[in-house]
Amino acid sequence: MPLIEVRDLCKTYTMGDVSLNALCGVSVAIERGDFISIMGPSGSGKSTFMNILGCLDTPTDGTYLLDGIDVRTLSRDDLAEVRNKKIGFVFQGFNLLPRTSAIENVELPLIYSGVKNPERRERAIEALTIVGLQDRVHHLPNQLSGGQQQRVAIARALVNNAPIILADEPTGNLDTKTSMEIMELLVRLNREAGITIILVTHDSDIAAYSRRKIKFLDGNIVDRD
Amino acid sequence: MINLSSTVKIALRAIRVNKMRSALTMLGIIIGVGAVITMISVGSGAKQRISEQISSMGSNLILVLSGATTQGGIRFGEGTQPTLTIGDAVAIQEECPSVQYSAPVHRTTAQVVYSNQNWSTAIIGTTPEMLYIREWELSDGRNLTPDDIRSAAKVCLLGKTVVENLFGNINPMGQVIRIKNVPFMVVGVLRPKGQSPSGDDQDDVIYIPITTAQKKIAGTHFPGSVRSIMVKARSSEDLMAAERQITELLRQRHRLGPRQENDFTVRNLTQMMEAQEQSAQVMTLLLAAIASVSLIVGGIGIMNIMLVSVTERTREIGIRMAVGAKTWDIRLQFIVEALTLSVIGGLIGILIGIGASEIISVTSGWSILISPFSVLLAFGFSVLVGVFFGFYPAYKASMLKPIEALRYE
Repeated sequence: MPLIEVRDLCKTYTMGDVSLNALCGVSVAIERGDFISIMGPSGSGKSTFMNILGCLDTPTDGTYLLDGIDVRTLSRDDLAEVRNKKIGFVFQGFNLLPRTSAIENVELPLIYSGVKNPERRERAIEALTIVGLQDRVHHLPNQLSGGQQQRVAIARALVNNAPIILADEPTGNLDTKTSMEIMELLVRLNREAGITIILVTHDSDIAAYSRRKIKFLDGNIVDRD
Repeated sequence: MINLSSTVKIALRAIRVNKMRSALTMLGIIIGVGAVITMISVGSGAKQRISEQISSMGSNLILVLSGATTQGGIRFGEGTQPTLTIGDAVAIQEECPSVQYSAPVHRTTAQVVYSNQNWSTAIIGTTPEMLYIREWELSDGRNLTPDDIRSAAKVCLLGKTVVENLFGNINPMGQVIRIKNVPFMVVGVLRPKGQSPSGDDQDDVIYIPITTAQKKIAGTHFPGSVRSIMVKARSSEDLMAAERQITELLRQRHRLGPRQENDFTVRNLTQMMEAQEQSAQVMTLLLAAIASVSLIVGGIGIMNIMLVSVTERTREIGIRMAVGAKTWDIRLQFIVEALTLSVIGGLIGILIGIGASEIISVTSGWSILISPFSVLLAFGFSVLVGVFFGFYPAYKASMLKPIEALRYE
């Protein structure tokens, strides 16, 4: 059974009288331990697809099985639980809590799954060590460089042992050298920890780090290898 | 759901981040709680003072005043015509079933001399029942006796104020004082009672036998007549009946025909004072109600700031949802934040309320009463305000869609 299985997924946005098909009939299966890039121009539906995979948004039609569970049957709080336990997010804009230290940002998923100190603290430090930020534990986001902030975000995605990392343009705000470092980190996590990574990018140099690519255009997959 | 200590930590952090804003929001609650406590303290202080004065007067009191005189078309006040007699006082006690005690009162003011000291005070001629009516105890010596009345003995009971002014540190018992040059022996000293409801010093008084007062002090033209009679009913339920019985009895004794007006007046003192007490109670409620309005205004301030906070932190809410915060995690976070504002505000308000009450009491001399009940009430109310006005912003935050919250700019 694949980790993620999507069949005939549709997402329609209705604004007044106009309805827009952001996704239409997308089917794809992603195995455990895969590293897949989703490419395509803006407006092609790749971000919408990503949000549905991340249980941040719900599809209008179709089925989405995550680890065998039909996500469409889940309640709001069940979805929160799925995001907490199974999915780690890495965003283009980092999305760290401002005025909150690196370690407290990393601890966040653990707080919501009820892990208490000192275990919480230990696991957060462990995750920060994996991304190489063991010296920056108590720094605030605005005291960290972009690359370091993205590492904090990756540590946050790792800390609850989620099997999936969804990375939406993780290098979009970073220079080439830092981008390479981040991508190498993701590759390492994929190889060494077996974490399934789904990456959205429009940069083919970045996509080259992944094992396979799928290309979106006008709300559907046009090319897969 | 996450544990409460983490929620409180998150709330405290949010409050610390916006120190000025949080302080101003709290100010609303501080003023509200402070005002409620101050107002209730002042109001219940006034009420307590009145009820203390009422109990110092004695309970279930009725005052019977003799009629008004008319001389050549000039009408004098109540009590100027001596229509009441000592016999009336005795008859009221013996014949009215609802009356427990009654005592005639003959009041004059006179200069009193002891050694080289002198003092002007109220001289009240009465009978031993007077102390029972006023529920007044002796701190030393004995009450007047029926023998004193019968023999018009030259003995007296002194109030605390008189003792202080005439004797200083000397023990007055057995000493002889002169009232209008008549020597009286001090046989008893009264316990201090303090102010009356009308503000008079109740301890500035000398009690002497009514007969002695009439013969030696007053020199009245109407022997045996008195200006007023103090009556104590058996219970507060008996007050109305006692009034009726006294009126009937006196009309009969004064031989008044059905068309003639009363030549006396019956006044229910206790009722009048209770009305006063009740108006103090109403005033307390009114003050507290007005003060509560400011507490509600403070609550609206909290709601306002919480709504701003939710909007400002939409992205933060999105991030929290993305990493697994559930509906009640978000909701509790904002409710606890509102609650923290109102609880801290409430605690400071309690201190300020108590401080303000003390200042009022010191500067204006009003008596205040800070009851634990009023403090708890104001504090509980501020907690309620926090939950009530925090809930809607919290609900709004928890109902955001994760993806929309994350994308919010």
